[in-house]
Amino acid sequence: MGVEICVEGLTKSFGHQVIWQDVSLTLPAGEVSVMLGPSGTGKSVFLKTLVGLLKPERGSIKIAGQDITKLRERDLYEVRKLFGVLFQDGALFGSMSLYDNIAFPLREHTRKPESEVRRIVLEKMDMVGLIGAEDKLPGEISGGMRKRAGLARALVLDPEIILFDEPDSGLDPVRVAYLNQLIVDLNAQIDATFLIVTHDIASARLVPDNIGLLFRRELVMFGPREDLLTSDEPVVRQFLNGRMQGPIGMAEEKDAAQVEQELADLGNGAGQNAGEESTTAMTPRLLPSPGVTRPPRWQAIAEREVETRRKAEPHGEGEPPDQAEPPQKTEPQGEAESPRKKGEEVADA
Amino acid sequence: MSLSPTGALKHSGSLFAMALDVLRTLPRRPFQLREFIQQAWFIASVTILPTALVSIPFGAVIALQIGSLTRQLGAQSFSGAASVLAVLREASPIVTALLIAGAGGTAICADLGARKIREEIDAMQVLGIDPIHRLVVPRVLATMLVAVLLNGLVSVVGVAGGYFFNVVMQNGTPGAYLASFTTLAQLSDLWAAELKALVFGAIAAIVASYKGLNAQGGPKGVGDAVNQSVVITFMLLFVTNFVMTAVYFQLVPQRG
Repeated sequence: MGVEICVEGLTKSFGHQVIWQDVSLTLPAGEVSVMLGPSGTGKSVFLKTLVGLLKPERGSIKIAGQDITKLRERDLYEVRKLFGVLFQDGALFGSMSLYDNIAFPLREHTRKPESEVRRIVLEKMDMVGLIGAEDKLPGEISGGMRKRAGLARALVLDPEIILFDEPDSGLDPVRVAYLNQLIVDLNAQIDATFLIVTHDIASARLVPDNIGLLFRRELVMFGPREDLLTSDEPVVRQFLNGRMQGPIGMAEEKDAAQVEQELADLGNGAGQNAGEESTTAMTPRLLPSPGVTRPPRWQAIAEREVETRRKAEPHGEGEPPDQAEPPQKTEPQGEAESPRKKGEEVADA
Repeated sequence: MSLSPTGALKHSGSLFAMALDVLRTLPRRPFQLREFIQQAWFIASVTILPTALVSIPFGAVIALQIGSLTRQLGAQSFSGAASVLAVLREASPIVTALLIAGAGGTAICADLGARKIREEIDAMQVLGIDPIHRLVVPRVLATMLVAVLLNGLVSVVGVAGGYFFNVVMQNGTPGAYLASFTTLAQLSDLWAAELKALVFGAIAAIVASYKGLNAQGGPKGVGDAVNQSVVITFMLLFVTNFVMTAVYFQLVPQRG
């Protein structure tokens, strides 16, 4: 299950304005990847290019052996059935109730009887916690509910690839936490390939297997989460720590001299915000909730997590508390994971 | 709208490409019957009343003009013939075109434009559904059907309005008006007018869909798209009308 997406040398521009160029990466089958980047670096454009809504100027996107940049329109519609996409605002059909919205792909693409459609739709609605809101119109519900309904609609055809366009924008922190948990649980359950486009660093640290960063019209880095979280690349450090000192400026980018000065100041501990610390420390990973049966991939990840925790702990007690994490943050993580207990479970299994 | 010549050329090209796409998608099954019926009903409901209300004064104006002209020439007996001819040949397709573009086309364009900027169209494409097949084709066919029916309505109401003004207001002779009914007009005029209406309906719906599906830049973009779709449709319709009329006169022998 899950399909690998292989992107090579992709370049996209609107008129004379280059959005990004020469982007090459491979989204491994069945894994969760996050694409980060400051606002306006073409993350959403990247997502739309992946599903063939926008045509790149150069490069190829191979999905299940087919280069979707060269497909004819009709074949493209076939390939798109592999995809589930969650758009920023859910992109629900405004004239239909939530139930009809979620049933729409089933009714269009399958000849399932209405009872079967109903069963599947209610199952997906239950999955995203929308039971009871079947008859509501998209205009009558909150942004978070719209997002969840959009997710249910994206899931209804059992896609091999799921793309999320800023799943956490406009949601409160609690809902973001739930949504992250939902994403991880989903990945454990359906084993599809996930790509999340976001600029929420907390989620990016917690959820994915792989992280990519788009900046200055190119892919700065793409690789396993560990590599990026411990990277020394100034852009990556700046973005993952959400600080002002570094190459990313308010408008677009800063001049090199200023960046050097800032980074030097930061190194001396003389930065403007002395309280703001940067870190390359690993943050623990979000694991599927206890009720979800884990496929071998997730069991391996859980074991590795427990391992790194064990290694980290003797240090952790001796040293001053990890400055990187605000104290509120550690609680939900501990609750979500409870590493010792998880370890036992894994051992039992 | 870009004012550069290449921009205009590009838009014409994409518009034409979409018209071809609609043609190509036309035979694809399953036909979206539900959407077709809903749209036909919707377009009919927004156009019938204004069409009827516009065609009464339109018929009346023609009757007034022709009435005074024929009186001066002493050819009152021909006033019926002339006004039927005018209503049937020109007034009814033009009124239909204006209403279809102004009421039906704007509604289609605004609807599709709103869906476009809310990313509904993208979502539909990602769900593997071709918006041309699912949304545009039923709308084009529905508009064509409604245009043909409206043309009949305009003809009847226009002729009735002309009769009323000629006979009641200008004291014309009812007998002479009715007797001269078919001296100039013939059945092929009606067919030609219906054919015009059919083509106008297709053009209006395709332009409206094209503009709607290419709307961008938020709510203002939808407003711009609607505005442009009306302007473009009107220009295209009047040109098409001229061409079709010219061809008609070459092909069909005229009476009188």
